Amino acid sequence: MNNPQQSFEDLQHIKKMMERSSRFISLSGLSGIAAGLCALGGAWFASQKINCWVKGDCQLGHIIDSGGRKLMDELFWVATLTFVAAFILAFLFTFLRSKKNGLPMWGGSTVRLLWNTAVPLMAGAIFLFRMLQLGQYDLIAPGCLIFYGLALINGSKYTLGEVKYLGYGNLLLGIINLWFVGYGLHFWAMGFGVLHIVYGIVMWNKYERKA
Amino acid sequence: MNLIENLNKIFDSRIRLGIMSALMVNEEVNFNDLKELLNITDGNLASHLKTLEESSYVKIEKGFIGRKTNTTYAVTKLGEKAFKTHLTALEKMIGTMK
Repeated sequence: MNNPQQSFEDLQHIKKMMERSSRFISLSGLSGIAAGLCALGGAWFASQKINCWVKGDCQLGHIIDSGGRKLMDELFWVATLTFVAAFILAFLFTFLRSKKNGLPMWGGSTVRLLWNTAVPLMAGAIFLFRMLQLGQYDLIAPGCLIFYGLALINGSKYTLGEVKYLGYGNLLLGIINLWFVGYGLHFWAMGFGVLHIVYGIVMWNKYERKA
Repeated sequence: MNLIENLNKIFDSRIRLGIMSALMVNEEVNFNDLKELLNITDGNLASHLKTLEESSYVKIEKGFIGRKTNTTYAVTKLGEKAFKTHLTALEKMIGTMK
């Protein structure tokens, strides 16, 4: 085996094994696109609800005296449903990709990715939940974007490195949003929707189109 | 200097090379993850791991997850050194191509 060509192939093999064993590389670009579309759908639906409420039509008159709590509840459910739909679709495409490439879906690298993404995300969820409880709605949208961005940056070490750019994008949007309170939905649509779709298309182009 | 001398015979096998690569970038890897990574049978993996263990490149830790045994592998200091030397030798080898 002592020729340069073989040495080159050995090095390639080493690199591949190192990447495969330490990072979760099945993450599909299509997952990003699907999650982004869900987010746009959710944002559109939420804006309909808000418009309805602001104008006071569509049988919502009776909830005005509840001081907008009902609207908040409804928006909360829209957000939850959006998240669940996005998560399921994202999982599906990634699952399909890992099957296609014959890579395990569940392993040490998956656990590490999930854990390192979940910790900032959970801390954020608790923080924002408490803010909702205290009736402080202004910083919910920027808060979501900021914590989500941090979670992605943290998780990117255990999956495709490009995820961190998606993280930086969301973080930046969240921070800008702090000074544009009231435009939360627009920033949400931008961060969770448009950024995901752009990211997904770029990644799909880079890794999956040829494969 | 003789380039071939620095190429480690133990790393002749792609599978052993793969095992070492995985262990270099992870604190520890368990048997099943290695098996899936390399896509080989239990027996095949076990025999390659034995070779590495006998050269003291790899250490074994037996533990439990619940009631199931969980055997994990980690690289030793000696193994790390040997692997790095081998990498350098490979790179030098490629250097001769030009």
